[in-house]
Amino acid sequence: MIDKNVISQSPTRLQRTADIIFRFICNTSAWLTLLLVVFIIFKIAVTAFPAVKHYGTGFLTGTTWDSQTGEHGILPEIWGTLFTSLLAILAGTIFGVSAAIFLSEGFLGQFIFSILETCKLEIRPLWNKLPERCEDVLKNLIELLAAIPSVVYGLWGLFVVIPLIRPACNWLNMKLGWIPFFSTTLSGPGVLPAVIVLSIMILPTITAISRDALAAVPPKLRMAAYGMGATRWETILAVILPVAARGIVGAVILAFGRALGETMALAMLVGNANRISVSLFSPANTLAALLANNFPEAGPSEVSVLMYAALVLLAITLVVNIIGSLILQKASAGMEGGR
Amino acid sequence: MDIWNPKLKTKPSPEAVLNIFEGVDFSELEKPLLRPRTLMNQLLIALVTVITLAALVPLFSVVVMLLLRGGRNLSLAVFTQLPPSPMEEGGGFGNAILGTLFMVSIGSIISVPIGVLSAVYLAQSRIESRLANAVRFAAKVLTGFPSILAGVFAYGALVLTLGGYSAVAGGVALSILMLPTVILTSEEAIRMVPSKIKEAAIGMGATNTQLIWMVLLPTALPGILTGVMLAIARAAGETAPLLFTALFSNYWLGSAGHIDIMQPTASLAVLIYNFAGMPFENQVNLAWTAALVLVLMVLVTNLIGQFFSSRQIRQ
Repeated sequence: MIDKNVISQSPTRLQRTADIIFRFICNTSAWLTLLLVVFIIFKIAVTAFPAVKHYGTGFLTGTTWDSQTGEHGILPEIWGTLFTSLLAILAGTIFGVSAAIFLSEGFLGQFIFSILETCKLEIRPLWNKLPERCEDVLKNLIELLAAIPSVVYGLWGLFVVIPLIRPACNWLNMKLGWIPFFSTTLSGPGVLPAVIVLSIMILPTITAISRDALAAVPPKLRMAAYGMGATRWETILAVILPVAARGIVGAVILAFGRALGETMALAMLVGNANRISVSLFSPANTLAALLANNFPEAGPSEVSVLMYAALVLLAITLVVNIIGSLILQKASAGMEGGR
Repeated sequence: MDIWNPKLKTKPSPEAVLNIFEGVDFSELEKPLLRPRTLMNQLLIALVTVITLAALVPLFSVVVMLLLRGGRNLSLAVFTQLPPSPMEEGGGFGNAILGTLFMVSIGSIISVPIGVLSAVYLAQSRIESRLANAVRFAAKVLTGFPSILAGVFAYGALVLTLGGYSAVAGGVALSILMLPTVILTSEEAIRMVPSKIKEAAIGMGATNTQLIWMVLLPTALPGILTGVMLAIARAAGETAPLLFTALFSNYWLGSAGHIDIMQPTASLAVLIYNFAGMPFENQVNLAWTAALVLVLMVLVTNLIGQFFSSRQIRQ
């Protein structure tokens, strides 16, 4: 016999109070998250305030960093951050978008089929699932690139990439030294190894987001293009890429934000030299690497200066990230009508 | 006769079908491989294939180097001994493994409750809720937050006020990096709970709290755990936020069964960074071994996360 009173009873006072308290706790957590971001910015800004007052905007255009004389400027670091990130974005976009096209257009299946066909290996029962499976494996492999900690990339760059590219770089410097990009020799850490490792690190971001953007293109557009007799690549270049362009641009900007803030690989590979140069082989420095190298030994007077540099890095990455997120938001909103 | 008419009862004669294609030049539709358009198509396919495969070369190189150089030194001693001083032979990084686990635990203890409760708030809020949108935006901003700035913040907020480098400061810095992953994946998981289950609970007269604790959270648990695992994997590999919050230490965390959380603490990632720059063969080899151990830890955590994500009930 079911007791009707238990089932149909209204919540007890205890339950109602618990409800209110729990709702309040959830609300507080949400506020905490929001306040955390505000507090981080506030804290960095307040600690940086003495240096901001002392150095003013001259800090951004100064080129020397000398704790002895108290002369500080971060123009070389700003230049190094932008230079390495832009180069890494260039390489990362080419590789990342290609991989996204490769993954979303079913080329892998075609590739595997053609290999199997030439080998006369046609395994019928697995035939249809094969491309999908392989695409999943490849997707996971590219995502694995993102799982490797940046300090491991730094180690790899130091002991694998630098010895590998040094002979080629020095040959380029000898033969083509009149080109500004090759104007110095690579004697160890430098811009190029840093850029190579950085572009590998941002590739998964670009590939994952662009792949989503490509997959969100309404299939009818593709069908229409094929129906008009376009070849596969004409369809990709003239229809699919332009439609997905917003999403891809968003991906590139987010990856740019990540490249600007990347620390360890750059601190290990970029050379920490306070100079402005367009040469790919000369050592340089970035804002994040400057913080990583100087904070552990900073005296009380230098902390405020470093906080100022952190504030500049924060401002640059915040602006880039917010622009990227807004573009992606618009891109996915624009795609919804096409379904 | 319109042979494409679906209402047609009789089958069209073969002649009628052929007649349709009268005047069509079939040779025009076939594509010889050497035509510019087709050639371009094939060349671009080859190009994209080569570029994608080239993108995977670094991954294989990293894995092979880790196994070759890191695997060579792998032994039990590495897990139990303390880091060697310069010129010393042997040694290990037992204290760094413990330090990493300890600081990631501190990070999880801080970020998981706040993250999951915020996610509950986000998932239960109305679409037009201003606070919810602001929190979501803040979480996205934190996702792209440079990890070193988390360290800078923890330095300013904790190291300067508490008067020294400590495991707590390191853990707090890591929690800032874990929080957005926990929030965004947990919200996704809670929203994935089929609305039928939710409506059934509400229909039976469950209060909001009962609905969340007895229905939403248990059903979304695998998804939430996926997010937590991803966050832990990310935090375990982070170096920059620990460099000047937890610093490094050559000794065990505390002594004689009593843990001192206000001392500088070793971590695997910082050990790799420190040892990679040393001119001693032994230290560099240990850095590679530590890198192998760190990558394995991160990968196992990621795999556990993927296992949970395959168990998530989806709408």
